[in-house]
Amino acid sequence: MPQALSHLRICDFTGQLAGAGATRFLAAFGAQVIRIEDPVNQGRWDILRGMPPYVDERRGVEFGGPFNNHNVEKLGVTLNLRTEKGKELLRELVAVSDVVAENFSAGVLERWGFGYEALQELREDIIYVSNCGFGHRGPYRDFKTWGPIVQAVSGLTFSSGLPDEPPAGWGYSYMDHTGAYYMAIAILMALRHRNRTGEGQWVDLACTEAGASLTGPAMLDYTVNGRPLRRQGSPNSNRSQHPAMAPHGIYPSIEEDTWIAISCRDERDWEAFGEVTGEAWTQEGRFSDLRGRLVAQDALDELVAGWTRARGNFEAASLLQGAGIPATAVQRPQERIDQDPNTSAWGLWPAVEHREMGNVRVDGLPVHFSETDWSMERGGPCLGEHNEEVFGGLLGHSAEEIAAWTEEGVL
Amino acid sequence: MTGPGALEGVRVVEVCDELGMFAGKLLADMGAEVVKVEPPEGDRTRTYPPFADDEPGPERSLYFWHYNTSKASVTLDPGVAADAERLRALIDRADILLQSGEAGRELDYEALRETNPGLIMVTLSPFGRGMPREDEASTDLTILAGGGPVWNCGYDDHSLPPVRGGGNQGYHTASHYAVMSALVALLYRDETGQGQHIDVNAHAAANVTTEAGTYTWLVAQQTVQRQTGRHAGVNRSMPSQVLCADGRYVNTGIPPRRPESFAAVCEWLTTAGLAEEFLEFPLLEEGMRRQRFDMTMLQQDEELMAIFGAGRAAMNFLAERLTSYEFFTGGQQRGFQIGIIYSPEEVLEDPHFIERGFPVEVEHPELEKTVTYPGAPYQFEKSPWRIRRRAPRVGEDNERVFAELAGDGG
Repeated sequence: MPQALSHLRICDFTGQLAGAGATRFLAAFGAQVIRIEDPVNQGRWDILRGMPPYVDERRGVEFGGPFNNHNVEKLGVTLNLRTEKGKELLRELVAVSDVVAENFSAGVLERWGFGYEALQELREDIIYVSNCGFGHRGPYRDFKTWGPIVQAVSGLTFSSGLPDEPPAGWGYSYMDHTGAYYMAIAILMALRHRNRTGEGQWVDLACTEAGASLTGPAMLDYTVNGRPLRRQGSPNSNRSQHPAMAPHGIYPSIEEDTWIAISCRDERDWEAFGEVTGEAWTQEGRFSDLRGRLVAQDALDELVAGWTRARGNFEAASLLQGAGIPATAVQRPQERIDQDPNTSAWGLWPAVEHREMGNVRVDGLPVHFSETDWSMERGGPCLGEHNEEVFGGLLGHSAEEIAAWTEEGVL
Repeated sequence: MTGPGALEGVRVVEVCDELGMFAGKLLADMGAEVVKVEPPEGDRTRTYPPFADDEPGPERSLYFWHYNTSKASVTLDPGVAADAERLRALIDRADILLQSGEAGRELDYEALRETNPGLIMVTLSPFGRGMPREDEASTDLTILAGGGPVWNCGYDDHSLPPVRGGGNQGYHTASHYAVMSALVALLYRDETGQGQHIDVNAHAAANVTTEAGTYTWLVAQQTVQRQTGRHAGVNRSMPSQVLCADGRYVNTGIPPRRPESFAAVCEWLTTAGLAEEFLEFPLLEEGMRRQRFDMTMLQQDEELMAIFGAGRAAMNFLAERLTSYEFFTGGQQRGFQIGIIYSPEEVLEDPHFIERGFPVEVEHPELEKTVTYPGAPYQFEKSPWRIRRRAPRVGEDNERVFAELAGDGG
C-alpha cells in the first residue's frame, strides 16, 4: 500500500507525549520524521526515554516503555548543538525539511539560534510549529506546564468530578494526547496552506488554549446566560449535560470496584430499561417522563444502583445492550486491551520491533484508510540509531566524517 | 487576525450527528467551506440545552451554536427525489464528506467515487464499520467508560464511582482523529489526485487516548488505579490538590527537589510574611544548603526525607494561605510548575488568555448582540483560525447553495 506522507520530512525536536504524539501520527503515514537528540545528556530532554513501564529488569535511556510507544516509526539522530559543527549539520537538515516541530518551553530553540526567522533563512517556506503550555507570547509565556497543569488552567480538571467533592480531573495527561492532536492538525493545515500558496509560516500552539476550546457549551452558558459551571451541585460529569438524559451515570456492580455505565437517551431506552430490569419502580409516575426523571435523578440513581449492584457489570451491560440501551462495563486495561473483540478485530495494538527491547505492543491508530493506511513496525529509535542513514544517506557525508564527529562529541 | 484560512477553497459536506459535528467546526473555522446538511425541521442537536435565555428553539441551542460556527446550512429531505439529487450534486463537487450517525448512512463510497474520484469520505462511528460491536448503542459516556478513560479518573476513595471527564470528550477525540485523517488524505490527494474512504472508530480513539493506563498494561501487564486529581498509577502518589484561601483549588505540582527550588520557597514564604509561621522553615534552609540530592538514598537518608516533606508541606501551607491566583502566579514566577484549577468560564477572564485574544466576539444580528466564544486552539501566523459566521439558521443557505448547484449544471 502506498504511504500518504512519504514525500514529507520533519525535523523533530518534540518530546514527551504532547509533542512526540503529533509526529508519531505523521510517521505512521510515512512521513520521514527525524528526531534530534542531545548526545551529552543522552536524549534526556525527553524524560520518557528512561521512564517505566519496562519490558524487563533492564533500565536506562533505551528502555523507557513510554518513549518507545510515542516514537514508533521515527528516525533518531544525535546532535550536540553546543558545537559549531552540530549547528552546521542542523542547518543542513533544516534546509531539506518541510517542517520543524518542537515542544520546548517558549524561547529555547531561539536561544540556540534556531528561532523562526533563522529557520526561514535556511528554507524560505519552512513550517515551524511550536507547542507549549501557554504559547510564545503573553504574560505567562515563561510559565512551565505538563499535562495536569494544562488541564487545570484550561477548565478541564474542574469540569470532571462529582458534586461536593474536589475536582476529579483526568487521571492522565489527556491534554498531552490532545495537544499532540492539535499539533498534528496544525502541521497538516500549514502544509495544505503551503501547497496552495507556496508560503510557510509559524504556528504558535498553546496547549491551554487547545484545552479551553474543548469546553465550549459550558463557556457559552456563562457568556450568554450568566450561568457558571462553578455553582452549587455542579459539575456532575457522570450525568449528561448536552443533551439531558436520565438515567445516565456510572453505577456499582457486584464485585468490588467494578462499575457499569448506562445512558437512557430517550423514552424508548427508558421503556426498554423497565422491560429488561422488570423493576416495579421503573413504572412509577414520577419517572414517566424525562422532566420527572431529571427532577428525581438522585432517587432514580439510587434505584438503578440497587439493580446494578446485584449483577456483574459485563452481564448487566449485555442484557441492556440486547435491548438497544447504551451500556458498558467500565473496562479495565486488561479487559479492553486483551479481551474486547472490537480492539483486536481493529488491529489496535500492533507489535513493533525495538532494537533493545525487542517486540513490544503499542497504541495503534483508531482510523483505517482505504488507499493509504497507516503502519507501525519499527519501534522508537535508540540514541543515534540513524546517524549514518541521516548524516550519510540523506546529507551525503562520508563514513569517515561521521566517525570523526562521533569521536569529537558532535554526534 | 484576518486573511484567508489554511483551508481556503476546501469544500466539505457534513452529514453528521454529535459524534462528527466538531470535526466540521475544526475545518470550517480554518476556512473550509463546510455545508451542513440538515433535515427540513433542523438538526436534532438544535434541541440540546443549554438555550439562550433558557428558551428552547431551533435557533437558540448554545450547544448547536458552539459546534456549528463558520458553517453553512442546507435542508434536504432524503425522501424527496429532488433533494437526494441535490445531495449527490453537493458531494460531487466536494473535497471531503464527513458522515456520522443515522443520516447519510446510505451514502456509499464506491458509488460516490465513480463521479468524484478525488472525494475523501470520512465515516465516524462508535465502534468502526464491520466491527464485532458495530451494532451496540452508545453515548459519549459509554464510549469513554468502555474505551478506557473512565477507569483512570475519579477519587482516592474507591467507594465513589470512577468519573467521566466532562464536555463530551469522547466525541471530541473521534472528531480530532477525523480531522487529522482527512488532512492526511488531502495532502496525499494534492500529490496524486486520488481520494479515499476513511473509517474513524470512536471506541478505538478513546482506547489510544489513555496514556499510561494503556502502555502500562501493554508493556508490563500492570493495572493503574485512579487517584484524586492526579495520574492513575500502579503505586499511590501524594495528593496534589489544595483548597486555597479563596475557595478555589490549585494543583501544587512537583514539590521542591533541588537547592534552587528550596531557596525559592524560602524567599516566597519570607516575601509573603509567612516564614515565621511555618515551623519547618529551618529544614527548607537545610534544603538550600545541600549541594545535591541523591534520590537513590532517599529511603536511607532520614534528614533528606524530612527536607522533602517540609518542601511539600511549605507548598501546601502557602496554597492554603494565599488566593489561588496569588499561589499560581507567585509559584510559576518562582519556577514551580503549578496550576490554578479554573472553571471554564473563568478562563475567559484570565489576563493571559485575554491578551492572546482567546475570547472572541461573534455577531448574532438576529439577537442584536455579540456573544463571547472560545477562540483559536492554535495561532497561525499567515492563515488564521477565525469564526467566519455564527452557526447557521435552519436552511439559511439553501438559496445560495442550490443556485450554485444549478449553475454547476446539477
